[in-house]
Amino acid sequence: MNLSDKGKSFFIDLSVCMGCKACQIACKEWHELPATKTEQTGSYENPPDLNFYTYKTVHFKESKINGKFRWLFFPEQCRHCIYPACKDAADGYVKGAIIKDKETGAVVFNVELLKKVPFEVLITACPYNIPREDKKTGKKSKCDMCIDRVKDGLKPLCVKTCPNNAMNFGDRKDMLNLANKRLKEVKKEWPAAQLVDSGDIRVIYLALDKPTNYSKHLAAATPFKPY
Amino acid sequence: MTNHWIDIKNANVILIMGSNAGENHPISFKWVLKAKKEGATLIHVDPRYTRTSALADFYTHLRPGTDIAFLGGMINYIIKNKKYFKEYVSEYTNASFIVNKKFDFKNGLFSGFNDKTHSYDKSFWKFELDENGVPKKDKSLKHPRCVFQLLKKHFSRYTLDKVSAVTGTPKEDLLKVYKIYSSTGVGNRAGTCMYAMGWTQHTVGVQNIRTMTIIQLLLGNIGISGGGVNALRGESNVQGSTDHAILFHILPGYLKVPKASMKDLETYLNKVTPKSSDPMSANWWGNYPKYMVSILKAFYGDNATKENDFCYNYLPKLDNKTNYSWLSLFDAMYREKIKGFFAWGQNPAVSGADAQKNRDAMEKLDWMVNVNIFENETGSFWKGPGKNPKKIKTEVFFLPCAVSVEKEGSITNSGRWMQWRYKAANPPNGLPGDGEIMVDLMNKIKELYKKDGGVFPEPILKLNWPNKYDSDKVAKIVNGYFMKDTVVKGKKFKKGDQVPSFAYLTDDGATCSGNWLYCNSYTNKGNMAKRRDKTQTDIQKNIGLFPKWAWCWPVNRRILYNRASVDLNGKPWNPDKTVIVWKNGKWHGDVPDGGWPPIATGKGRHPFIMRKHGFGQVFGPGRADGPFPEFYEPLESPVKKNLLNRQKSNPVVKTFNTPDDKYADYHKYPIVCTTFRLTEHWQSGILTRWQPWLVEAQPAVFVEISEELAKEKRIKNGEMVLVESPRANLKAVAMVTKRLAPMKIGKKKVHVAGLPWHFGWEVPKGGGDAANLLTPSVGDPNTMIPETKSFLVNIRKL
Repeated sequence: MNLSDKGKSFFIDLSVCMGCKACQIACKEWHELPATKTEQTGSYENPPDLNFYTYKTVHFKESKINGKFRWLFFPEQCRHCIYPACKDAADGYVKGAIIKDKETGAVVFNVELLKKVPFEVLITACPYNIPREDKKTGKKSKCDMCIDRVKDGLKPLCVKTCPNNAMNFGDRKDMLNLANKRLKEVKKEWPAAQLVDSGDIRVIYLALDKPTNYSKHLAAATPFKPY
Repeated sequence: MTNHWIDIKNANVILIMGSNAGENHPISFKWVLKAKKEGATLIHVDPRYTRTSALADFYTHLRPGTDIAFLGGMINYIIKNKKYFKEYVSEYTNASFIVNKKFDFKNGLFSGFNDKTHSYDKSFWKFELDENGVPKKDKSLKHPRCVFQLLKKHFSRYTLDKVSAVTGTPKEDLLKVYKIYSSTGVGNRAGTCMYAMGWTQHTVGVQNIRTMTIIQLLLGNIGISGGGVNALRGESNVQGSTDHAILFHILPGYLKVPKASMKDLETYLNKVTPKSSDPMSANWWGNYPKYMVSILKAFYGDNATKENDFCYNYLPKLDNKTNYSWLSLFDAMYREKIKGFFAWGQNPAVSGADAQKNRDAMEKLDWMVNVNIFENETGSFWKGPGKNPKKIKTEVFFLPCAVSVEKEGSITNSGRWMQWRYKAANPPNGLPGDGEIMVDLMNKIKELYKKDGGVFPEPILKLNWPNKYDSDKVAKIVNGYFMKDTVVKGKKFKKGDQVPSFAYLTDDGATCSGNWLYCNSYTNKGNMAKRRDKTQTDIQKNIGLFPKWAWCWPVNRRILYNRASVDLNGKPWNPDKTVIVWKNGKWHGDVPDGGWPPIATGKGRHPFIMRKHGFGQVFGPGRADGPFPEFYEPLESPVKKNLLNRQKSNPVVKTFNTPDDKYADYHKYPIVCTTFRLTEHWQSGILTRWQPWLVEAQPAVFVEISEELAKEKRIKNGEMVLVESPRANLKAVAMVTKRLAPMKIGKKKVHVAGLPWHFGWEVPKGGGDAANLLTPSVGDPNTMIPETKSFLVNIRKL
């Protein structure tokens, strides 16, 4: 069985993302997460990074593609890896602290059990620098694919909220098809466009240029090991 | 909008200018991206590279306030390179009209200018009429005094060199925009423009729109699918509030508010009803008396009779020479001429130009009632920065009220769709909605007048006013109903029947209608705004038109002036994007702009039916500042001279002169500044600054500056700076960005800065104060909309 064809996936089309942060706010709304204290530091990016109460944030970068100025937007979230390294690492401490949902492939934290797993272990294992910890309680958090919504046949709220259809969600096969179709269209204008780590993760980004132009965390820190 | 949101998808070229649609109207991009997917080109022209620019196929910048120069250059390009749609221009626009000999333009002034009053005598701009009183035309467009030739001459000064020197836009960028956009001057291509406050909030705001309108008429882009002149409204119901007369100079349905000199209904109607001698002109406003009498019947019910002039004398009248716009009202308040103030769903201490003047003016009031869902800087002005509550006498009442989703009623969106919204939840603590507050308030006033009398109690006591607010009943009277059994146009109606459409309104008192434009929205079949039927014909489906979804004014016409989308035989210019088509003796598609047969039959009417003569106005003799647009520098300009004419700023602009009205000089305040909105906040921030997630996403006021300006001033990104104007100083975080660049204006380097205007001192703490503290109190001479999109500041490192 080829696991990478089953379950659900996101397709995030950065060629039409407008950096409106609707996904970021929708995520907070669905998960009833409190706002964190932020400051204006000379950027549209806020919160500047994921944190225990922020599973999704949009990054802004003033950059160039093919020598032409472009403001790049990168809504960051857990990639729900096909073979989640965080789960392997956590299993070494407490079995079941991280679950990979069979039906969808969602990688979900068991908040109570995961308290017993050192944060260093998790963050080191994650190729995308995703998990965050509440130092006081030892709880860890990240995007859960809106698993409660998805199990009820709904789309994650970030996807439903996106005005530009930059966020898409559905059966993995369909998302891969959509991603490849869009890549083909976009390549005409942006030759360096690519789907980032699409074989290994369930959140497939279409980037207009090499991923490091967006963020050092858009592509995996080290290439995935073949299983 | 002449068109509507979905219709944007039908465009081949989309020009977003004077707007940051991506950030401020994110949903519009659904349709912009659909158009792009079909191959459309998206152009964004703006002083700042924004989130909109990021998705544009082509972006270029211009100096704030120079849009007329930019677009005037496009008119010159279109004419010189013969890119205009000849048949459309000669048949459907007034380009062929002959203008009388008194018209002239010299040294930046049109003929008829009065030096003393700083105003124009518009009789200098009249058309020449033939013996029947119909404008003389030369459809070959060659007559030296025809509008087309005058236009050609007027804009011949707008060369690439001149325009580039004024706007700061590189010549090759200008040429690129002109080329792409003018490619739509053919039958099978459509160009649309999406604009907002970036065009309107200037001392030449109206003429900015006029310039684009002329371009759209030259290219044959009005009336067609994927075309139009499309204003993106800043709130979901701005269109509705304008239709229902939130402004001082109009009654609902754009009927003129009478002036004191119009002593009776007859005088008023004679003055305001246009007359055309052209049998081919529908001259729709010729129906004025029917609409006016019907609104008086709605206002005063059975009290309004033919014998008493339908209570015309009860209407408040405007002093002939007094302007009652926003800026003038706050000026009058400052001068202690206004003693009481209802701040209803607004926050002028943040949202009004020269906000400090507004805050100071509020001190002079005896009382203020602040109706809002949250406390705001207006209701709290007395404890704001620089205010000593002990010294302020104004008594402030705060009336909390229901929020939009807690009430039932209609909203009218930018595309003129009236959509009914149901109540989603009950307001907390039984709070009333605005309608309830208004009805109860007026009933109390009536009661007091009844008890105590007054100088002129009749207009209040005889008002047709309900005991209780009921949104359904309001919708019914807005449409209008028959006041007695009657026959109109051969059709029998009973007293109480809803009027089926404005074609059945009468001037004899048999009908009432609170807003003639909405007549047809609530018929005997029910409330049309409640419709949610998505069925379409094939023609409608092809262009994304949903005639049974909600309702649209006028008479459910989704694309205005749609008879200009067909040739003289009723055949669409672009059969692939048909709006209407004449087939088998009938129009198909959208509701046509009047059901007359095609013009070639000899029984037709000219398509621009709201204009007296029936033609699109390339020449607009009704404007206060000239029949053609002309570039004038903003009142606060960074340069010594206007490079296009000898007038520096708009010659008919009026300024104010209280101690709070100070205007900047570029020697002391050399940086051009503009204000803008963010996706994360809304308007004056009242609905968003109390919302923690949105404050988390955009916590404080900032000022965008270029890397070059930052270097000159030794400012680092994220540092606190002081933005200074003669009105006020404002602390803001410097955002040093590549998205802004200095511009070369003539031989001078000019820096541009911009601030979001959502913030205010009350909440969030540490979020800073309002950008409008910096903006000047000066307005467009036609509308008095303030010039907040181009003014001067200085910026200092703190």
